[in-house]
Amino acid sequence: MSPLLLADLTVFTLGLLVGFEVISKVPATLHTPLMSGANAIHGVVLVGVMLLAATISTPAGYALLAVAAFFAAMNVAGGYVVTDRMLAMFRSRS
Amino acid sequence: MSAFDTIVHLIYLACATAFVVGLHLMNAPATARRGNQVSAAGMGVAILTTVAVLIDGGRINAYAAWALGLGSAAGAVAGLVAARVVRMTAMPQLVSLFNAVGGGAAALIALGEHPATTQAEVTGVLDVLIGALTFSGSLIASGKLAGRVPGRPIIVPYGRLISIGLAVVAVVTAVLVVGFDGGAPALWGAAAAALAAGVLLTLPIGGADMPVVISLLNACTGTAVAMAGFVLESTPLIIAGALVGAAGAILTKLMADAMNRPIGAIIAGGYGTGDAIAVAAGAGSSSVREITADDAAIQLAYAGRVVIVPGYGLAAAQAQHEAVALAQALTERGVEVSYAIHPVAGRMPGHMNVLLAEANAPYEQLADLEESNPGFPRTDVALVIGANDVTNPAARRPGNPVSGMPILDVDRAKSVIVIKRSLGHGYAGIDNELYADPRTAMLFADAKAGLGALLAGLSAYAR
Repeated sequence: MSPLLLADLTVFTLGLLVGFEVISKVPATLHTPLMSGANAIHGVVLVGVMLLAATISTPAGYALLAVAAFFAAMNVAGGYVVTDRMLAMFRSRS
Repeated sequence: MSAFDTIVHLIYLACATAFVVGLHLMNAPATARRGNQVSAAGMGVAILTTVAVLIDGGRINAYAAWALGLGSAAGAVAGLVAARVVRMTAMPQLVSLFNAVGGGAAALIALGEHPATTQAEVTGVLDVLIGALTFSGSLIASGKLAGRVPGRPIIVPYGRLISIGLAVVAVVTAVLVVGFDGGAPALWGAAAAALAAGVLLTLPIGGADMPVVISLLNACTGTAVAMAGFVLESTPLIIAGALVGAAGAILTKLMADAMNRPIGAIIAGGYGTGDAIAVAAGAGSSSVREITADDAAIQLAYAGRVVIVPGYGLAAAQAQHEAVALAQALTERGVEVSYAIHPVAGRMPGHMNVLLAEANAPYEQLADLEESNPGFPRTDVALVIGANDVTNPAARRPGNPVSGMPILDVDRAKSVIVIKRSLGHGYAGIDNELYADPRTAMLFADAKAGLGALLAGLSAYAR
């Protein structure tokens, strides 16, 4: 195993543990916004698609890239906006 | 490492911190919106930083830049429009759709990257398998939630045999990619098998198991994104993916516990008969007592304490505003009103809370299962709106499909009014013993129409 892979694995494991710790305290009322908010966070896949773009140089590759970019951008933009819409309703009363 | 690379890395680290802090702030209603904004700000910075990386690297060619730019712009517009126009009752299918495209994008990363190192090959195969499975699975789940795919469990002929075949294909392609440098053709084979498996796994799952399924699919997308992070050696993807994986896993466990069903059994699917089957009102059981809306309104108006129990029927009829208006009218008369919310009421975790929040139900009136149950014996009228299995007293006895499921103790209230379209079964496919209880009266109506009639009755007879 390369040192790089070990470092990545460490980050992944600690990320999981932090996630469990941070999220297990969320009350049932906020479960839908939490899921939607977490959903938006995996929209970070757009960063991955952008990094992928630098390596692509075939017509088939461009098509795949465009589809991936469409998916990822939809995930990230829609995810944050819809979560915000939901949470605006929660805050207006408190 | 150049100074530029160092700065980029530190900025990514700050973005990952923003995700964690954002999620942390989401554990209280007062700070939740700010939490989402912190997380969104982190995301914006991460994307801008990556633009800088692409420009600095100078390796991206013009065609790829156009494909990326146009694809992203179209996707962002589609996402924004969908997020703006969606009704709160349609939230589960939209969240599921966003989950699908996230998984699809993660799978496409590994398909486009042509992994070269062993690390990239192993994580690339995992990324393709999990991402493609989530993509098709979430699309089917979204279709079921939207009613475009039947919500009842669909049993595919020879489904189990086909699943085993697909698992074999997945393993063979994985071995080809990692052990024999099978490259793109093997990866596409893995993707095809995973896409088919996603459809096959989701079709047999009943509509009411959806809170568990979409939580699980959310966890899968997180994992797929983390795997894409391994392929690209990109830390922000690994951290964000792990966070979402953990969030999805926790919600999956919470939802499965609330139904008292092992996650494996839910995945195996085929449970019960699916969403309520329409049975003619009053048919089948002679011991059921019917009530008119006016009588029910009078009963509510002169009660001291009323507990409203919302279920999927409320969401399906989009009756949240009527429910809250009724609660308000009762509160103004001096009736003590609260809502009892079961963890799996609706089609996604916390679905009822969002609907009631949209209708401006006072936060302090919302109570969960543990808070509500001790109060039922002191309750004059429990008003059940479109909830079924979560109120079935049969759950306290062993030997039936709902046995052991934590329920709302509605039957311990002094009287019960149930607004329901028919005596149809819930997804568990059994009679609800609550309806035959002598203290229970049935108001056969769609939730929206029934609540409207109650409001009208209240203003006509109880001044």
